[in-house]
Amino acid sequence: MDKKITLNATTDNLHKVLEFIEEYLDDAGCSMNAKMQVDMAAEEIFVNIAHYAYEDGKGDATVCVSLSDNPNEITITFIDSGIPYNPLDKADPDISLPAEERQIGGLGIFLTKKLMDGLTYAYENGQNILTMKKGL
Amino acid sequence: MTINTKKDGNEMTIAISGRLDTSTAPKLEAAIKDDIGGIRNLIIDVKDLDYISSAGLRVLLSTQKIMNQQGKMKVVNVNETVMEIFEITGFTDILTID
Repeated sequence: MDKKITLNATTDNLHKVLEFIEEYLDDAGCSMNAKMQVDMAAEEIFVNIAHYAYEDGKGDATVCVSLSDNPNEITITFIDSGIPYNPLDKADPDISLPAEERQIGGLGIFLTKKLMDGLTYAYENGQNILTMKKGL
Repeated sequence: MTINTKKDGNEMTIAISGRLDTSTAPKLEAAIKDDIGGIRNLIIDVKDLDYISSAGLRVLLSTQKIMNQQGKMKVVNVNETVMEIFEITGFTDILTID
């Protein structure tokens, strides 16, 4: 069972993306906590695309969702045709630093790595393809 | 997201409820900026906060930095989901959580 949605990559569309994913999670009977964590990861990735993928800020993002039973997990793929960028290459922030020395950036992708069970990135046919998996 | 601010002299309590995400975090940041001048004791009540993304964490971090200069900040009534996010990101070490 695969479903996908394509929309303008703007932060205004964030809630549409999350609603689209949540519908799936509700069907899968997933826990509130897992749902929240998938939401958080999806927000970070979609907002990243909205902010950085397209130089003029205009372009589409496609979100594909699929569920598997065995193991019981959700796979979400984000596709954009923007600037080639692998967010997984970004160095993790040093989370042991005191507040003054903490960097404001880099937290989102770090959180995504921690909350998901698997993340892969590929650049194919002019498209950034980021796939995340989470056991439910 | 709803923000409720209560000021008493140089003490302020900000209660945040709902979702603190990319679209709502700027509102919180603006509300804090407007009111934080002269505050020595800031309490952030997250009892009814359902969700926090990195955009929300960034506001907490920048607010903590301001309060390190001018007084104290405490985050109270942290639920399990939000606490897990604080732990993963090391925010349990930089915030005072009660």
